[in-house]
Amino acid sequence: MTALARTASGMPAITYNFAYLDEQTKRMIRRAILKAIAIPGYQVPFASREMPMPYGWGTGGVQVTAAILGANDVLKVIDQGSDDTTNAVAIRSFFETTAGVATTTRTRDATIIQTRHRIPEAPLRAGQVIVYQVPIPEPLRFLEPRETETRRLHALSDYGLMQVKLYEDIARHGHIATTYAYPVKVAGRYVMDPSPIPKFDNPKMDDSPALQLFGAGREKRIYAIPPYTRVVSLDFEDHPFAVQAFAEPCALCGAKGVYLDEVILDDKGGRMFVCSDTDHCATRQAEGHTGSMSAPYGEGQP
Amino acid sequence: MYVAVKGGEAAIRNAHALLAQRRRGDASVPEIGLDQITGQLSLAVDRVMAEGSLYDRELAALAIKQARGDLIEAIFLARAFRTTLPRFGASVPVDTGAMRVRRRISATFKDLPGGQVLGPTFDYTHRLLDERLATQAGDDADRTAAETTTSARPNVPPLPPAGEGWGGGTAPTPDASPAGEIPAPSLPSSDRTRLLPSSTPETEAGNIRLRSGRGFTGARVHTSGEAAEAPAGPMPRVTDLLGDEGLIEPAPADDGTPPRDLTREPLSFPADRPLRLQALARGDEGFLLALGYSTQRGYARTHPFVGEIRFGEVEVSLHAEELGFAVPLGEISVTECQSVNQFKGSATQPPQFTRGYGLVFGQLERKAMSMALVDRSLRFAELGEEKSAPAQDEEFVLSHCDNVQATGFVEHLKLPHYVDFQAELDLIRRMRAEHAAEAEAQAPDVAEAPHKEAAE
Repeated sequence: MTALARTASGMPAITYNFAYLDEQTKRMIRRAILKAIAIPGYQVPFASREMPMPYGWGTGGVQVTAAILGANDVLKVIDQGSDDTTNAVAIRSFFETTAGVATTTRTRDATIIQTRHRIPEAPLRAGQVIVYQVPIPEPLRFLEPRETETRRLHALSDYGLMQVKLYEDIARHGHIATTYAYPVKVAGRYVMDPSPIPKFDNPKMDDSPALQLFGAGREKRIYAIPPYTRVVSLDFEDHPFAVQAFAEPCALCGAKGVYLDEVILDDKGGRMFVCSDTDHCATRQAEGHTGSMSAPYGEGQP
Repeated sequence: MYVAVKGGEAAIRNAHALLAQRRRGDASVPEIGLDQITGQLSLAVDRVMAEGSLYDRELAALAIKQARGDLIEAIFLARAFRTTLPRFGASVPVDTGAMRVRRRISATFKDLPGGQVLGPTFDYTHRLLDERLATQAGDDADRTAAETTTSARPNVPPLPPAGEGWGGGTAPTPDASPAGEIPAPSLPSSDRTRLLPSSTPETEAGNIRLRSGRGFTGARVHTSGEAAEAPAGPMPRVTDLLGDEGLIEPAPADDGTPPRDLTREPLSFPADRPLRLQALARGDEGFLLALGYSTQRGYARTHPFVGEIRFGEVEVSLHAEELGFAVPLGEISVTECQSVNQFKGSATQPPQFTRGYGLVFGQLERKAMSMALVDRSLRFAELGEEKSAPAQDEEFVLSHCDNVQATGFVEHLKLPHYVDFQAELDLIRRMRAEHAAEAEAQAPDVAEAPHKEAAE
């Protein structure tokens, strides 16, 4: 909470609470989180606050993290799978400044992982919490823009619109043209937007030992997947859900079966594919794994 | 070694250092002071206070300075500060009927009790760039500040044809000067300056340099250079005058229900009128302007008249439980617009005019008027009108009127999206490969290939 007292110059003396939010606000958010855990996949409205970073840049995730963060937590923040992307750096430093908590880039060392657009490659364990930043929490939003209408559809479990959309994709493109934010059904009840993670990551949500929390600040919604909950990606019997597969392994650590970033090396078609999860890649390299472009040691190695 | 994805803390630090340097501008030019911003860019300060929902002139000025004049960024700074403030209570409703009026005009009546008071307005100014303002700040502060806030020019007095009751911020009196003659008491100081070119003790040079007030009472300080005199005598609201005859729907009765607060609970629909008005009062001026304009052009036309616009100071009081009465906290400047719109009536009820309402911090007439237009069009259901346009759609209007939300989400597209884009690349390459394979298979029949459906 900010002190109202003004300094001699007339400006307010500004002090902030642990992890920025005042305790009453944290309580309000924790109540929403508890409700979300009790109704897996259901979007719980909450009184989202204006945060000192822009809406759309992780304010929902930041509020959830701030509400659950304790002094002994170890925080990891990733964006696009990487600890070093600008927004991940900014959010990590926000919590270092306002909460003074320990931070890490190691997935296995973290107690709370805030993420945008990825789930780490290393399996999460019981006791860990992953907090997703969510831009549009409503999976039906692009089919029906009205909140009043989509809430009714959820209440009635009326997900025909979504099935029709997926079918029309197949009719038009030969594939389901949703490659990220791929809709899932949680615990057999609510259809949920998993946030814009690539569908590659969807299977990691299913039966995860970790608690998964989703925060949408601008849209004022929190939802959750409790540990060991069934999460099924929507599909058809004759068009079963399948994740992306990459033709080559990571050029730096040789990992297969992981999500890769495509990096353009020159203007003559030169490209390389490297792990999107930088911690996973660095860990593997430290263990001695190499890829086709690992310099200087990796050159010429299989 | 591959480092492209590393944004890095150093890069961010450097970017922010560069930002600070650019914000400061040329170091040989004196740094702008908050008193200069509150004093000379007072309408920018008003907008930041209104859309930031935080009435504090000095903090708004700080936000404008820090944001390099980007008002939406400044509004964002004000909001992010405001959200951390404790709430110790809600004020009793302000009484705009008891406003200390600095400006009050009605488009519906030529004259009315209290008169028409032009006050500090851009209305009737000729929008000609004034090179006399292009001097260094401070070398003639009196003239400079006065120029910015008055419409009057020496040989074009702002008098309407009737000449009655239209003065430059002073109370009209029956013995007002004849039309065409510049009435000395209401003479805007710019004119006086020109009539009295040499600085005299009477000029308001001292007032111009007034330090900004703090907190609520910051509103007291004006830079108009005019005497801070409210017109004498009561100035009833036009809607109250119309209400006496029952010509206009009464203002909704206060049933004591505390209004909902969209900053403390999530917005849900349907939203009642107080909540809609809260959202509009915080809403983006440009968005509401465009929506209000659309109603004028026929997208849910509501035939509005400006019953009244008034700007001035109102007292804010808090009911103190221990004392059992309301304690004044200070004054704030607000602009209120009440529109008078076409009728509602029924077999049992005689026709009445209907209202649209706008109320904002500071002197923001454009915003208050737009708000009144949009408020009225959002009331379509209650008034039995047909829904036909965006300005009537509360979910559309309320979900998109907040510029801090809007700018955040639009600008988030700057953030890295390469994971998602990679997923799209993968799919489009696959689909193109399939397309090519199919085209090849049907090579003899080239003409039909493009029309082939992917799935059959």
